[in-house]
Amino acid sequence: MGSEFVMFSLTPMLIGVFASVACALPGNFLILRRQALIGDAISHVVLPGIVVAFLLTGVVAALPMLLGAAGAAVLAVILIEAIKRLGRIEPGAAMGVTFTTLFAGGVLLLEQSDTSSVHLDVEHALMGNLESLVWLRATDWSSLMDPWALAGLPEELPRIAVVCFAVILLTLVFWRWLKISTFDEGFAQALGLPVGMIGMGLVITAAVAAVAAFDAVGSIIVIAMFICPPAAARLMTNGLERQVLWSVLFAVVSAVAGYVLAGYGPLWLGAEDAVSAAGMIATVSGAILALACLFGPHRSRVGAQAEA
Amino acid sequence: MTPLIEALLLQAGYNAALVAVGATLLGFAAGAAGTFLFLRKRALVSDAVAHATLPGVGLAFIIMVSFGGDGRNLLGLLLGSAVTAGIGLLAVEWMARRTRLAEDAAIGAVLSVFFGFGIVILTVIQTMGSGRQAGLESFLLGSTAGMLFQDAVVIAVGGSLAVLATWIMRRPMTLVAFDAEYAAANGVNVPAVDRLMMGLVMAVTVIGLKIVGLILIVALLIIPPVTARFWTERSNAVIWYAGALGGLSGYLGAALSASAPDLPTGPIIVLVSATLFLVSLLFAPVRGLAAAVLRHRRFQRRVHRRQGLLALSRSEPIHDELTLRVLRAEALIRADGVATETGRAQAAKIARDERRWDVAREIHQDTGLTGRYDGLTPIEQVFAPDEIAEFDRRIGGPRAVAGGV
Repeated sequence: MGSEFVMFSLTPMLIGVFASVACALPGNFLILRRQALIGDAISHVVLPGIVVAFLLTGVVAALPMLLGAAGAAVLAVILIEAIKRLGRIEPGAAMGVTFTTLFAGGVLLLEQSDTSSVHLDVEHALMGNLESLVWLRATDWSSLMDPWALAGLPEELPRIAVVCFAVILLTLVFWRWLKISTFDEGFAQALGLPVGMIGMGLVITAAVAAVAAFDAVGSIIVIAMFICPPAAARLMTNGLERQVLWSVLFAVVSAVAGYVLAGYGPLWLGAEDAVSAAGMIATVSGAILALACLFGPHRSRVGAQAEA
Repeated sequence: MTPLIEALLLQAGYNAALVAVGATLLGFAAGAAGTFLFLRKRALVSDAVAHATLPGVGLAFIIMVSFGGDGRNLLGLLLGSAVTAGIGLLAVEWMARRTRLAEDAAIGAVLSVFFGFGIVILTVIQTMGSGRQAGLESFLLGSTAGMLFQDAVVIAVGGSLAVLATWIMRRPMTLVAFDAEYAAANGVNVPAVDRLMMGLVMAVTVIGLKIVGLILIVALLIIPPVTARFWTERSNAVIWYAGALGGLSGYLGAALSASAPDLPTGPIIVLVSATLFLVSLLFAPVRGLAAAVLRHRRFQRRVHRRQGLLALSRSEPIHDELTLRVLRAEALIRADGVATETGRAQAAKIARDERRWDVAREIHQDTGLTGRYDGLTPIEQVFAPDEIAEFDRRIGGPRAVAGGV
C-alpha cells in the first residue's frame, strides 16, 4: 500500500477530491436558487470555449483554455438571459437552446480543425483522464518531502488545488451576502446588496470551478458534483452551514470511494482492468443521493409528512 | 454547390439518402413530440432522459454478447437504452414528487449519475474481448457513416409511429400542457397523459441516438418547438410547425453533412435548427424582435402625435424633437412649427374627444368601457354613435360657441 499508492493513486485521488469540493460548494447555492442546471449548461459550453481557445492560440495550455472556457460560460449565461427576455421563452427551454447549440458548434469546430496532434477530443472532454494523472517520480511517502519528486507532480494538481481554495475563500468571504440573497432576494435588495452581481459572481465562480475541474476530470464529474452532494446534503439538514459541510463530506467521500472502486473494485470481482474513475465517482455520488432520498432526516417537503 | 444539390435531391449515394430520409422523419417526430414538453415547461426533462440511455446501450451490448450474439444489433441496443431511459425518467419524477428537491436538481442528478454509470459500463466493455470494435462511443454524438438499411428502417418506422401517436393523443396532451388542473377537472387522467408524453419523448430520444447522439438529441426536442412558437399562437399549429421545422432541420442538416467531409451529421442538424431559431427570433411577424421594435416605434409615434396635437389645441409651444418630427412628417405643422389647416382640424378633434371622454367617465361607471381610455384608442371604437351624440349633447358647448361666432 506504500509506494505504489503514492505513485499511482495519491495524486488522482487528491485531484478528484479538490475538483469535487470546488464544484460542490457553489452547487449548494445553485440548488437553493433553482439554478441547478446552470452547471449542466456550463459544462456543455466549456467544450466550444476550449476549442476556440485552442484554435486562437494553437497550443493546449492551461491559461488560454481556462479563459476560453470561462468566456464561453459567461457568453452562455448572457445568451440564455437574452433569449429568455427577448423571445419571452421559459428559462429551461432557453437554456436547452443555448447549450445544445454551443456544444454542437464546439463539436463541429473540433471536427473541422486539425487536433489530431493534441489531446483534445469529445470523449476526453466528457470522461476526463483522472487515471493518467500519476506521480511517476514518487517512490513512497517520503517523496512528499523531496523537492525533485514534488517538481514532477502532475500540473493539474496545483491548479485544481488553487481553484478549490479560491472557491472556499470566496464562499467564506461572501457567505452572508450569498446566504441573504439566496434566501430572500427582496430583502437583500432592500439592504442595498448588489443582488445581480452576486448572482453573476456565483455563476462565474461555478464556471471557473467547472473549467478547472473539467481539465482534470471531465465534464461528467462536474455536473454530478454540482448537484448530487449538495442535493443529498439538502436532505440531511435545514441549516445552510450544516448543509454545506455535509455537501463537502459527500463530495470527498464520492471522490475517494469512487476512485477506489474504479481502480480496485474490478480486481476484487476478479476482472483485470480498472473502469472509468470519473464515471465511478459520479455513480457513487448518485448512490449517496439515492440513500439520502430514501433515509435522509429532512427528505420530505415541510407539511408533506402525512403523504409518505 | 453541386454536391449539396445532389445531397438535397438524395442523389449523393445510397447511405446519404438513407440518412437524409431518416433524419427528416426523426426531426419531424422530435419537433412534434417536443412541443408538448415545451408547452408543459418541462423541456429539460428530455436531457435527463437522453443521458440516461447510455447505461442501457452498454448493458444491452453486454447481454447480447454474453448470449453469443453480435452485440451491435441496433434494435437490441435501442431497447436497452429505452429501459434505462425509463428508469431515469421515473427517478426524476419520484425525486421531484417525494423529496423536497426541485425538478431541476432531480434532472441534473439523474443526468449526471446515469451518464457516469454509462461511462463505467463503456470502460467495462472496452476490456471485454469483443468490445474493442463495439463503437458504442458513436452513440454519444451519433454516427451516420455506414448506416445499414435495417438501421434506417428502424428509424423510419419508429419516427412514423411517434408521429402517429402524437397525432392520436394531441387533444389530451394539449389540454394537459396548457392547464393541467383544468384538464384534471375535465376528467383527463393527467399523470397518465404526462407519462405518455414522456414515453413519446423517450421513444424519439432512443430513435435519435444513432443519428444525432444522446448529447444533442435534446436540441431536436427543444429548438423546433421554441422556434415554432414564434410563428403562431395556436396550439394545434405549433405542433405541426415544430414538426415541419424539425423535419426541415433534419433534411437540410443531413444533406449539408453529406456534401462535404468533416461535417458531422448530428451537430450540423442542430446548427441548422439553431439558425432557423435565430431567424425566427429576429424576424417572426408578431413575436419577433424586428416586429417588436417596429411596434414600439409605431406606438411611440402615436403617443407623440397625440401629445403634439393636444399641445396645438391648447396653443402650447412644442419643444420635443420627436414630436415636431412626427407632426411635420404628417404635414400637421409647417416647418416653422405653426399648425396647418389639417393640423388645427386634427387638434380640435383630439381636444373634443378628450372632452367626450371626460363626460363618458361621468356617465359610465362601467370600467369595462371607460377603462379602455388610454389616450390612443379613438372614442368611436369604444362607444356607439348615439352614445357619443349623447356626450356631445351634455358637453353642449361647441354648438353655442359656433352660434356665437
